[in-house]
Amino acid sequence: MKVLGKARRRVDGRAKVTGQTRFADDIVQPRMLHMKLLRSPHAHALIEEIEVAEAQGHPGVHLVLTGKDFPISYGILPVTQDEYPLAPQQVRYVGDPVAAVVAKDEQTATEALELVRVKYKVLPTISTPEEALQEVEPRSNARIHSYSERGNIHRLQAFEFAAEKGAVDTALGAADHVFEDLFFYEGNTHLPIEQHATVAALDADGKLTLWSATQVPHYVHRSLARVLQLSPSQIRVIATPNGGGFGGKCDVCNHEMVAGKAALVLGRPVKICLNREEVFYMHRGRHPVLMKFRTGVTKDGKLTGMHLQTLVDGGGYGSYGVASTFYTGALQTVTYHLPKYKFEAARVFTNKPPCGPKRGHGTPQPRFGQEIQLDKIAERLGIDPAELRLRNLVKANSLTANWLKVGSIGLEQCINAVVERSQWKRRFRKLGFGKGLGLACGSYLCGAGLPIYWNKMPQSGVQILIDRSGQVTVFCGATEIGQGSDDVLAAIVAEVLGIDPFEIRCVTGDTGITPVDLGSYSSRVTVMMGNAAIQAAEKLKKMIAEAAAEQLEIVPDKLGFANGQVSFDGKAVTFAEAVRFAEEKFGTLGAVGSYVPPRAPGRFKGAGVGPSPAYSYTACVVEAHVDPHTGWITVPKIWIAHDIGRTINPVLARGQVEGSVYMGLSEALMEESAFRRLPPKLSSALVHKMPSLLEYKSITSLDMPEMDTVLVEDPDPNCPFGAKEVGQGPLLPVMPAVANAIYDAVGVRIDELPITPDKVLKALHRKAAGEGGRVGPEHFPAVPYPEALIVPTPWDGGDGKEIKRNDAAAVV
Amino acid sequence: MKPVPLTLRVNGEEQSIVFAPYKTLLEVLREDLNLTGTKHGCELGECGACAVLIDGEPQLSCLVLGLECEGRSVETVEGLAGATLHPLQAAFADLGAAQCGYCTPGILMTAKALLAHEPNPSRERIKEAISGNLCRCTGYQQIVEAIEEGARRIAK
Repeated sequence: MKVLGKARRRVDGRAKVTGQTRFADDIVQPRMLHMKLLRSPHAHALIEEIEVAEAQGHPGVHLVLTGKDFPISYGILPVTQDEYPLAPQQVRYVGDPVAAVVAKDEQTATEALELVRVKYKVLPTISTPEEALQEVEPRSNARIHSYSERGNIHRLQAFEFAAEKGAVDTALGAADHVFEDLFFYEGNTHLPIEQHATVAALDADGKLTLWSATQVPHYVHRSLARVLQLSPSQIRVIATPNGGGFGGKCDVCNHEMVAGKAALVLGRPVKICLNREEVFYMHRGRHPVLMKFRTGVTKDGKLTGMHLQTLVDGGGYGSYGVASTFYTGALQTVTYHLPKYKFEAARVFTNKPPCGPKRGHGTPQPRFGQEIQLDKIAERLGIDPAELRLRNLVKANSLTANWLKVGSIGLEQCINAVVERSQWKRRFRKLGFGKGLGLACGSYLCGAGLPIYWNKMPQSGVQILIDRSGQVTVFCGATEIGQGSDDVLAAIVAEVLGIDPFEIRCVTGDTGITPVDLGSYSSRVTVMMGNAAIQAAEKLKKMIAEAAAEQLEIVPDKLGFANGQVSFDGKAVTFAEAVRFAEEKFGTLGAVGSYVPPRAPGRFKGAGVGPSPAYSYTACVVEAHVDPHTGWITVPKIWIAHDIGRTINPVLARGQVEGSVYMGLSEALMEESAFRRLPPKLSSALVHKMPSLLEYKSITSLDMPEMDTVLVEDPDPNCPFGAKEVGQGPLLPVMPAVANAIYDAVGVRIDELPITPDKVLKALHRKAAGEGGRVGPEHFPAVPYPEALIVPTPWDGGDGKEIKRNDAAAVV
Repeated sequence: MKPVPLTLRVNGEEQSIVFAPYKTLLEVLREDLNLTGTKHGCELGECGACAVLIDGEPQLSCLVLGLECEGRSVETVEGLAGATLHPLQAAFADLGAAQCGYCTPGILMTAKALLAHEPNPSRERIKEAISGNLCRCTGYQQIVEAIEEGARRIAK
């Protein structure tokens, strides 16, 4: 490798340290107007009347829009097109937008918002999953959406991966031990430092251009076409580099649709930048999830089966929720071998900001439960927690019970690395009261195998143009959100063509001029964009080699591309010279590449969530110190090893791992999206308890422990040069490792997140009173899960399909 | 509100503007002087993204009124680099201290002020100095290392 694996500055590094990176709010257009949204003060209400005349007449106001101006709904998933740019009839959370004012400046727009009069009829509020599970009359106005499966239950899912119905219960019945545990993971939010911003304008040809802080310009483009009833060819969406995403800019946003409409109506550029409070309302953050794990294990620590139930609090809209719900159960099988697996899930609607995908999308919650339960199993069986995991590892190149195809798996090396470096064997259970070590693992997708809307087209495309000067320009729809997607793109093309990545110009995230890439989500960019880039670059390399070989009078296959030279055995031309020969021979040089993930083996209904071209693996050891008098938790050091397949740029890879550790630790110890009900004289609305950076606690530089990061390289054949993801997977083991370390320190189990000092203290008091030393959920409500779809596993002789209900009895 | 005149030094150059007097220094920089390198994450003094130097001291520009800056000297990220990067900028770029780059200008200015007072700060002092600057990407370790490296490069 000439470029890959070498530590260097990222290609967009200079722009980021000079303040020249143009974020959405940095864009200024001549005659630009400013927009503000009026948001609902009620968690659940009907809009009876909106009076806009006074606001419309306010000096400096150019336009007032309401729900009447947006008859068409949208939504990121085709099955939940349940949002409107501005709510036409019903508001479903405090912060749901109902009107927009466009004015000469932000100040004027803000003033005019107060002149919009909305008459609401307040409806009963659903604040918790327990309330959402209660029966409601079909036409009751306590129902948040009329399309939900049942009352306020948005979605129910149930699968049993086994030869026949009840096989998981039978396996658990036959196990030497069965562990039953409840866990709760509180919701939290992305908190990117950049607030969402959008500028919409008509270009010189009258086409709509929208610059936006989005991770998914392609989906924004599609939604704009739908909502504004415009031909897609009349729209261009430019994803500006995101000032942090973490999933928070993965959804199509109200303000993007409304700004687009306002620019069309007024023929002038319109900008909106959400304030911090509004970013909390936009949310789409981590779903709160209640979980029940029943796991069977033999006395020597082999898992025999698992039954997982989840109850997912979705907030007010669908968002990615159907997928998020599948993800609360999809990846339990890719780390440890589960011979039989039953998974039941329910997502409910509540009158809170909509939840969606945050780093790890639906999988950190069950990972938290699974890894704590393994710690409990290890202790009961007297097996070291690292050893217990090693005994159960999924094998490389195998199928899981739920038909996921696992390729390379470097988890054993990861576990060994953190065990050795933390001196685990010498220190675990031996640090004395108040200090402890905890271990946990995780794994994650390298890109969702299926696109969000059904189609057979590539998920990522790359186009390369080479100028006769030797200048290489690479076009791709991928979106830079801080993770370094431009750097990955330049590095891979540079590696193939043997040039310096800084010689390459990247043009990315622009639906008007770049080939489609579906977006920066599900850790898909390195694998999908990377494979497409290799394909395009290899086509050009072949042409250049052929032309250069003629000049050098050697066979093209012999030529090497490195250090800006095309050479063999002392004979060489520069890359730029070789390009000139190639242009003479073939004409203008350009090529495209594209990537379609391999077809997943699962064929059952619901098999679309979970498949990925590859899976990354991580192991983590956390050291925690707990003050038994105050419950205060200090984390002095975290060891983490991540199976990245191959490292493209070690500087950035380490940054992704450390950033994940940071975010995981912050979720473990303090981050939570909490809500409270206002007193009746203030409307009784259910409101966000802490929609500010000050009140929503997150870790600062002073709280961060030392991090010891190891990158394990087990190249995966489906990945570009073997490179897997690194942006999300390393977050997963951190939260359970913290919980396990606290148990090692003071002997109490905190089975819910965040783990705050008050919970630790409560558990210590319970333990002292002989009540068991645990804080966590005590009860899992009755959820009307449907009858499970029976899908025989690969080792049951299954073919990847479910057994049809009417012939289920015949197959035994 | 009627616009009012304001004269201040920005990155070593005198600037005279007429501006809306309710504006904060952050807004004056971004909107009236087109210096969009200074960022905002809350406009309530909670995130540190808008930190600039006023007469050499780090200040949150979202909490300072433009009117308070009459005759004062303001330094922003745009003033750091000439033909080459400032050693802190180069270290940030080389060592991965800027991922999304959004909190970066505020941290660079805060770090510059720290190194002006303490050319060779301890790791703890660095962490303390930037504890008011939130970063969601890095986990801070590469930022701390880049400030240490920047200090070494300045000393050379």
